Amino acid sequence: MESFAPMGAFGTLFRKEITRFWKVSFQTVLAPVLTALLYLLIFSHVLEEHVQVYPGVRYTAFLVPGLAMMSLLQNSFANSSSSLIQSKITGNIIFVLLPPISHFEFFSAYVLASVVRGLMVGFGVFVITAIFVHVPMVNVPWVLAFALLGSGLLGTLGIVAGIWAEKFDQLAAFQNFIIVPLTFLSGVFYSIHSLPVFWQDVSHFNPFFYMIDGFRYGFFGVSDVSPLLSASIVGGCLLALSFGTLSLLKRGYKLRH
Amino acid sequence: MPPAIEIRGVSKAYGSVRALDGITLDILRGEFFALLGPNGAGKTTLISILAGLARADSGILRVMGHDVVIDYRDARRSLGVVPQELVFDPFFTVRETLQFQSGYFGLGRNNDWIDEVMARLDLSDRADFNMRALSGGMKRRVLVAQALVHKPPVIILDEPTAGVDVELRQGLWQFIRQLNGDGHTIVLTTHYLDEAEALCSRVGMLKQGKLVALDSTHNLLKGYTGAHLRLRLAHGSLPDSLKPMTATPPTNGEYLLALRDYAEVEAVLAELRKSNLTVVFMELEQPDLEEVFVEIMRQD
Repeated sequence: MESFAPMGAFGTLFRKEITRFWKVSFQTVLAPVLTALLYLLIFSHVLEEHVQVYPGVRYTAFLVPGLAMMSLLQNSFANSSSSLIQSKITGNIIFVLLPPISHFEFFSAYVLASVVRGLMVGFGVFVITAIFVHVPMVNVPWVLAFALLGSGLLGTLGIVAGIWAEKFDQLAAFQNFIIVPLTFLSGVFYSIHSLPVFWQDVSHFNPFFYMIDGFRYGFFGVSDVSPLLSASIVGGCLLALSFGTLSLLKRGYKLRH
Repeated sequence: MPPAIEIRGVSKAYGSVRALDGITLDILRGEFFALLGPNGAGKTTLISILAGLARADSGILRVMGHDVVIDYRDARRSLGVVPQELVFDPFFTVRETLQFQSGYFGLGRNNDWIDEVMARLDLSDRADFNMRALSGGMKRRVLVAQALVHKPPVIILDEPTAGVDVELRQGLWQFIRQLNGDGHTIVLTTHYLDEAEALCSRVGMLKQGKLVALDSTHNLLKGYTGAHLRLRLAHGSLPDSLKPMTATPPTNGEYLLALRDYAEVEAVLAELRKSNLTVVFMELEQPDLEEVFVEIMRQD
């Protein structure tokens, strides 16, 4: 590893974050893939014969993109948030605060590493479930676009949570009371058209719904709302959250006292 | 040529606690400087502000002429900090830790220097050990190596020998002396004042966020007139005229007399002769930095 920093501080921090999660890949990549597979096997066994969300699409096939996206989102969030909270609590965050790393390099490295982990887990879920069910992919660019936007958004949200939280308990609260409900209520296991009108309207305020709906469009060419609208909303959220996060990092919020 | 560190009117408060109160201080290039003070005096706060870990409420700080806020990239490149806490990243080996740290400073082809730093800190045979597998002393060495990995001209050591065994302490000081000899500016905070006295050419003392002393080590010791005369008499006890000078109660027949200046030695001996007392043991104890420190902290 003679040339270790070809892209300077950003490249090194990005590489460090990748190395960090890859060293514990059983926990960070394989475990979420296995969890998603269990969801698929159980839900498909129970509901396959009873539910058809889209005409001509088996429920198990419908479920796969949702599970892949859910795993992708949760792991993107977990990557940046857990890395930051661990570094803050153990004190080794100073190793990235002492060098001349700009707030933009810091932000980009953590988000990009989260995107990589999210994509690896999402891809892993898709590959492993392909053994059990055939899922078409009618529009690859939309699949990639929503995978990138979703993992970027959750990686950014992970930075906010990792900086804000002062103990693991607070981070767990953020994850269990915000991320998990928003994910589960976004249409991973159902189409929002199967909900009462009130809950359909409520779902439209959940950005996670647009990520999953748009992502699923890439597979089946069918969605609850237009993929362009979904991409605009998710992209808008990503931009707004990125500006907010960059502003926090620039101010040194909870990092530089 | 600007000094290695310039601090101008720096203040910092945490809520109602005034951690730093208008500190002004220059540390010259090539100096071995001791920053001393009791716990809570503001030493770590000042170091944190210099290193960019904290922000001053007011004042200006420059490292090698680079403002730590406006020109933070060059300021941080010029500075290596060994933190007080024994922190490490449990995911990585010693070599990975140093390579990442080097990369954060934009140094890609730095393995020769990393190998040299590890060799000089006796870490070579632990290079591929995970950080968790190292003893406390070894982890401390890695912290020093991390601070040096980008060859900074200014090195700050925040209590580097706290809880460190004698062998490592001596090895560390030998290495730091070498670095100072090579032209690096060294700033040291420590509670071991004998170390500061032996190593540092100049001393600054902080108390409750204020700089209460700043001078060369020699001048501080010279300016402090609190020498002691330790003596044991063949028989009898100390004359009444000398009893007000006793610094501590006599132990094992030995008296410790506080002197205002060395001229008092002759007066003491004259008084003993007058009382027909014979001295069988006598030792003049020079003041050390610890006594100077205690005296200065007692003032105000």
